[in-house]
Amino acid sequence: MELLSGAEMVVRFLRDEGVKYIYGYPGGALLHIYDALFKENEVTHILVRHEQSATHMADGYARATGKAGVVLVTSGPGATNAITGIATAYMDSIPMVVLSGQVGSNMIGSDAFQEVDMVGISRPIVKHSFMIKHPSEIPEVLKKAFYLAESGRPGPVVVDIPKDMTNPAEKFEYVYPKKVKLRSYNPAMRGHSGQIRKAAEMMLAAKRPILYAGGGVIMGNGSAQLTELAKMLNLPVTNTLMGLGSFPGSDRQFLGMLGMHGSYTANLAMHHSDVILAVGARFDDRVINGAKRFCPNAKIIHVDIDPASISKMIKADVPIVGPVDSVLTEMVAILKEIGEKPAAEAQANWWKQIEEWRSSQGSLFPYDKGDGSIIKPQTVIETLYEVTRGDAYITSDVGQHQMFAAQYYLYDKPNRWINSGGLGTMGFGLPAAMGVKLNFPDVDVACVTGEGSIQMNIQELSTCLQYDLPVKIVTLNNQALGMVRQWQDMQYSSRYSHSYMESIPDFVKLAEAYGHVGMRITRLADLKPMMEEAFALKDRLVFLDIQVDTSEHVYPMQIRDGSMRDMWLSKTERT
Amino acid sequence: MRHIISLLLENEPGALSRVVGLFSQRNYNIESLTVAPTEDPTLSRLTLTTIGHDETIEQITKNLNKLIEVVKLVNLSEGAHIERELLLIKVKATGAQRAEIKRTTDIFRGQIVDVTSSVYTIQLAGTSEKLDNFIQAIGSTSVLEVVRSGVTGISRGDKALSI
Repeated sequence: MELLSGAEMVVRFLRDEGVKYIYGYPGGALLHIYDALFKENEVTHILVRHEQSATHMADGYARATGKAGVVLVTSGPGATNAITGIATAYMDSIPMVVLSGQVGSNMIGSDAFQEVDMVGISRPIVKHSFMIKHPSEIPEVLKKAFYLAESGRPGPVVVDIPKDMTNPAEKFEYVYPKKVKLRSYNPAMRGHSGQIRKAAEMMLAAKRPILYAGGGVIMGNGSAQLTELAKMLNLPVTNTLMGLGSFPGSDRQFLGMLGMHGSYTANLAMHHSDVILAVGARFDDRVINGAKRFCPNAKIIHVDIDPASISKMIKADVPIVGPVDSVLTEMVAILKEIGEKPAAEAQANWWKQIEEWRSSQGSLFPYDKGDGSIIKPQTVIETLYEVTRGDAYITSDVGQHQMFAAQYYLYDKPNRWINSGGLGTMGFGLPAAMGVKLNFPDVDVACVTGEGSIQMNIQELSTCLQYDLPVKIVTLNNQALGMVRQWQDMQYSSRYSHSYMESIPDFVKLAEAYGHVGMRITRLADLKPMMEEAFALKDRLVFLDIQVDTSEHVYPMQIRDGSMRDMWLSKTERT
Repeated sequence: MRHIISLLLENEPGALSRVVGLFSQRNYNIESLTVAPTEDPTLSRLTLTTIGHDETIEQITKNLNKLIEVVKLVNLSEGAHIERELLLIKVKATGAQRAEIKRTTDIFRGQIVDVTSSVYTIQLAGTSEKLDNFIQAIGSTSVLEVVRSGVTGISRGDKALSI
């Protein structure tokens, strides 16, 4: 048995938990912990330039690995700066443990310097939160925090640590708790077998089935089982924005993303389906369009670890609460046991219909390539796909570039597409890419961004230099907040209220000022060779400022409150 | 429809704020709320009433169950149950009114628990509906102050909410 101070316990626990990196920013309330970190060799602290980035770095790591990212922020502004990142993780069910400093326990409630009620302020955007009441409870509380963050439906957990809990002069017995139990928390370990059998039988009997898979498949490690099931039943598959990569994006059975900016084929197949197997997806408003008109003839099987996700937006006919991997494994086993195949004729007719939809458009996401005098943003993503051989980790910010990166980069593996889907947080992409690159130094990591989003956390270029994080920043620079402007074009008669910037910086010089390489691409002919050159610079961060068509829109775009099939296909054409 | 939802909650600081916060966060409404310790000092019993469609009530119970501090939950309205609310009401009672109010109180099986020369304070327990009826019977002109405890309840028969 060892005697450690609260500060030492925090650091030792992280080591014993197997945490390699933590992301943070020091401050008064944390100085005891930072002093303990100074003496620690196995846990490496990454000093960001703004606490929001610490949360996004931890988040990027968590999305790439499925393990909780760890954030350390001080009290007051440190804590509030972390809020956006915590909310981002909460909306996308990402495991994260946020350790926030707090003023001394005798000062709480006195409006002390740098005091904020972190447990209160974060309450609606965490899976759970704790405040340390006594130093001796630190190991157990931290173990609970990791357990809660990573199990069931994952999410962020905040642990608020008053400064006196980390007093170096007071030592207590430390034991690493291998396991913790919470009597009131029992996430489902498997689905209901009777329901799974019912679902399997419905899938066999379906004439126009579709598999609709979301981010839960990725966080729940269910991609292999999902793919096996889809192959077994020859199912058409569509992914949500969060689910991309859960089924191979280049596979013939893949219909592209669905929803607001989903493919014509995926949205029509959803609309005309008779059985929808929804796995780890939550029928988000950006997916279903008008709830009243959603898929009028479809029976819905909904598999999710979180019972509250089921029948929240759309009533499920067969709800299955359980981890997606075990539910899908069991479903595959039941189908093997039944030993039947879906009716060949119905299946052939359904696929014929789907192929007609696909070929009527030419491809899943057709676009006007123009005369080559100007770089189309879609072409940039297609080129990025070629240059990285479809094998990079792609993070993105929020807006048109995010949709293009979702539509035109084909993700064949899970955990490779990393974006803020639920909260839609601009400024997410660069720090998320840094979190991935730090933990996977040998892989290509690209942040697809816009000239608006990148400026929301551009200060992290400094962190990239300090810790040698040679990510590639692919900026689709259209001189405007593209998605805002697209809506202004479509709904506000092109009145561009505050959607463009008149003082965009010289990104090449800016990158150079931070010690990196900057490249500006203005001609289509230069796009591929310069991008290849950028990715060949393995040990340098390269900021690609790519001047793209300033008037491009993202299509398809669903027409608000319509059904899945109601879409604009171009500026002039609708379904 | 009105539902009475009763929970066993970890008796920890912040647990109540999570329950209340959930309702405002998700735009559910709370009609009444009562909370007090139980025979087990680690647990509190919280009872709330809410009004909503079946789908809303289903979401409310699911989301309450998701709160880490909620140990057990029952929707009392789904089965046979006993519902009670306590009313303390202060009324003007002078002249002929005094006898009339006393009679009404007796009919409702309430008790007059405090008396001055011009005021009665009456205690009455029962369902919310019974309390409403009593207040109506007394007549609004004589009412000086109304205090209601909010609804609490327990299921009938062998069923018990315990861990």
